[in-house]
Amino acid sequence: MADVPGAQPTTFLLGRLNWDAIPKDPIIWVTFAAVVLGGIVVLGALTKYRLWGYLWKEWFTSVDHKKIGIMYIALALVMFVRGFADALMMRLQQVWAFNGSEGYLNSHHYDQVFTAHGVIMIFFVAMPFITGLMNYLVPLQIGARDVSFPFLNNFSFWMTVGGAVITMASLFIGEFAQTGWLAFPPLSGLQSSPYVGVDYYIWGLQVAGVGTTLSGINLLVTILKMRAPGMTMMRLPIFTWTSLCANVLIVASFPVLTMTLILLTLDRYLGTAFFTNEAGGNSMMYVNLIWIWGHPEVYILILPLFGVFSEVTSTFSGKRLFGYSSMVYATVCITILSYVVWLHHFFTMGSGASVNAFFGITTMIISIPTGAKLFNWLFTMYKGRIRYELPMMWTLAFMLTFTVGGMTGVLLAVPPADFVLHNSLFLVAHFHNVIIGGVLFGLFAAINFWWPKAFGFRLNVFWGKVSFWFWVVGFWMAFMPLYVLGLMGVTRRLRVFEDPSYQIWFGVAAFGAVLIAVGIAAMFVQFGVSIWKRNDPAMRDETGDPWDGRTLEWATSSPPPDYNFAFTPVSHGLDTWWDMKREGAARPVGKYHAIHMPKNTGTGVVLSAIATVFGMAMIWYIWWLAVLSFAGLVVVAIWHTFNYNRDFYIPVTEIEAKEAARTKQLQAAAGV
Amino acid sequence: MSVFSPANPAALYAENNPEAVAKYWDQSEHHPEEGASTPLGFWVYLMSDCLMFAVLFAVYGVLGTSYAAGPGPKALFDLNLVAINTAMLLFSSITFGFAMLAMYAGQKGKTLGWLFVTLLFGLAFLGIELYEFYHLIQEGAGPGRSAFLSSFFVLVGTHGLHVTFGSIWLITLMVQLAQKGITVANIRRMNCLSMFWHFLDVIWIGVFTFVYLLGMI
Repeated sequence: MADVPGAQPTTFLLGRLNWDAIPKDPIIWVTFAAVVLGGIVVLGALTKYRLWGYLWKEWFTSVDHKKIGIMYIALALVMFVRGFADALMMRLQQVWAFNGSEGYLNSHHYDQVFTAHGVIMIFFVAMPFITGLMNYLVPLQIGARDVSFPFLNNFSFWMTVGGAVITMASLFIGEFAQTGWLAFPPLSGLQSSPYVGVDYYIWGLQVAGVGTTLSGINLLVTILKMRAPGMTMMRLPIFTWTSLCANVLIVASFPVLTMTLILLTLDRYLGTAFFTNEAGGNSMMYVNLIWIWGHPEVYILILPLFGVFSEVTSTFSGKRLFGYSSMVYATVCITILSYVVWLHHFFTMGSGASVNAFFGITTMIISIPTGAKLFNWLFTMYKGRIRYELPMMWTLAFMLTFTVGGMTGVLLAVPPADFVLHNSLFLVAHFHNVIIGGVLFGLFAAINFWWPKAFGFRLNVFWGKVSFWFWVVGFWMAFMPLYVLGLMGVTRRLRVFEDPSYQIWFGVAAFGAVLIAVGIAAMFVQFGVSIWKRNDPAMRDETGDPWDGRTLEWATSSPPPDYNFAFTPVSHGLDTWWDMKREGAARPVGKYHAIHMPKNTGTGVVLSAIATVFGMAMIWYIWWLAVLSFAGLVVVAIWHTFNYNRDFYIPVTEIEAKEAARTKQLQAAAGV
Repeated sequence: MSVFSPANPAALYAENNPEAVAKYWDQSEHHPEEGASTPLGFWVYLMSDCLMFAVLFAVYGVLGTSYAAGPGPKALFDLNLVAINTAMLLFSSITFGFAMLAMYAGQKGKTLGWLFVTLLFGLAFLGIELYEFYHLIQEGAGPGRSAFLSSFFVLVGTHGLHVTFGSIWLITLMVQLAQKGITVANIRRMNCLSMFWHFLDVIWIGVFTFVYLLGMI
């Protein structure tokens, strides 16, 4: 490895890790100090209140899909704060660096910020968020007691955490990639990026990617194999349908990402010539391959949220979802079409008119099933008795915002227009318009909708509305100027500007970002206030069905017991819980049976911790540690297979006690 | 019939219609069959693995003629060697099949015997492949020489790595079979490994055809 360009001095013990790895930037020192102090406070509090054992036994080693789902979402929220801090830094830099000023970020730092922002927001915010949501809801919606492979589920979660840890470590040790979030070669090759930045990127994504792929397989199989009796495919709750399609996309696209990154890794580590400028390599291969993953990825993100909006619209309109089957077919169409549009990300590659025309047309066709969905939601609301609760408000904001984002997307799908707008801020505005307006608004709708299910009390409405209005207004102020700037010709990822006429637009965008910051703060205040006042009778969810819901997750208590349902629900149509309520089957009591459940295990934590060490060893060229930790992975995995004793029975007495408490709770709520 | 009243939603839990409860809730004792999802789950995993190979085949398809003024397939490949290697892998699939038959017949010793033969064939395959790689690198045709050789080494090498992991798994499962016998859990594991092993065979047939045979034309 010594003859590669830009090789750093290495030692046997620490590879290329040395004092130079500590960044010289005071901004980072302050951040580091804040993280250390915050970390000490949190760890100290955990120790003082003796929570370590509780966390380890009840959460970290848990194979319960509900707890894993909540942990995924907690991870996403933490990473969201980091990703948003990056966004604020960029907004500040871009409004500052005018009239000869360099702003406050040097190019080395600024390029890391925009790369980290994209990587974190997609891989460590949006992905864990939707995975957590699917984890929590899918088994409940299909009347199951857990996912198909509970241990794998725990392992997947911790691998995602491992990837996040690696990515975050790059902030304080070494550097992150300065390549943009997809790390195109030759820029991400060894010649242009010799230091650890791209390696952090690669190993962070690879470790997390194992988790994503496995969790995709797990949820896919769960939906196909664990459905309650009578729940045929065309009786699946619509959120479960969209989750199924999202997981099909995960299983059928993440392996492409994994392999593409492996090839980039080999170019960087073993000197192969896949994407290099010399020896016959072809860097456009990488761009094609990564977008073959990347385009399905955006549908992985949005499809489950389409499901959320469908559930919310039908619940808060008090009506069955309009056009259920057309919604299912539209989802399946989008799933398939999402594989034949990838080239629209690089019309400017020069594939020629016919290829560009093909991909332009397939891209435009996707807007047809998506449009059908919007009409389904509108017709669901039509003549409904609409309740404007927070989830419904987010859904309406989504419909307006997402439609605009979709239309600018169709505009970008026209290859000649794309030649003008490619890599401009118009594009940046477009994808934020659909990802924030679609994915994030959907996640906020979901949080407000299902929070009472997960915790037994509703979220504070006042702070929820504050968050809503700051977010929505802030979003429009932050991103509409970027459309204008894009049309004025500003390309993305610029650090300093010559033309002073841009500044006012960047100023408006920065102000919008500040409004969003208030919206985010209000959301955390909303969580805090709600938890503080959780015993307020007005906010408690005693019945388990606070919104007059329609699907099976509302048929059990809030929060549900470990075993979800004491008896197995049987489906006789769409909206099973709605039917149960109508026909008087809401509360089955009777002779309980012991319930077969999987045992908790710490193996997932151990394996992913070793995988994280392996990733760090590879990043820093600490070969002995890489070999050792890889061997450790294999040994622990094999050791785990020798444990044949992985399940237990919840005794009948425990179920009887829990169900009796639930009956009492319901009687108190009904005033009987 | 309806007991539902939105004014007091909690009231609906108080009144139950026994017929409806029997219709909507299965109160009998039943548990999902243990491991019922595993075959499907493993199939889906194999298909995701198959996609990784699909990427490698596609890369080979695009870069397979980028020789960078270096040697091409005709100068490098020794078809006789590869034919022997292919035979090793195909035989290992047959012997794995015999192991499965013996397992279903409840003959533990015979199962272990056939698994051992399978392992030997697998190791022979790996040995020949390593010899081929060593030979190529000695000739100066290593993976960094050209994009063609990069894609060749990585496609064939990824398959080889899979065989390596399959062999480690095979040894592990032999120990477990010896310890625990032919249990439900071990039958399930054998089925998975069997699928994995045959899957590697299928991939190898693709490699043999598209890389070696087409390369010699």
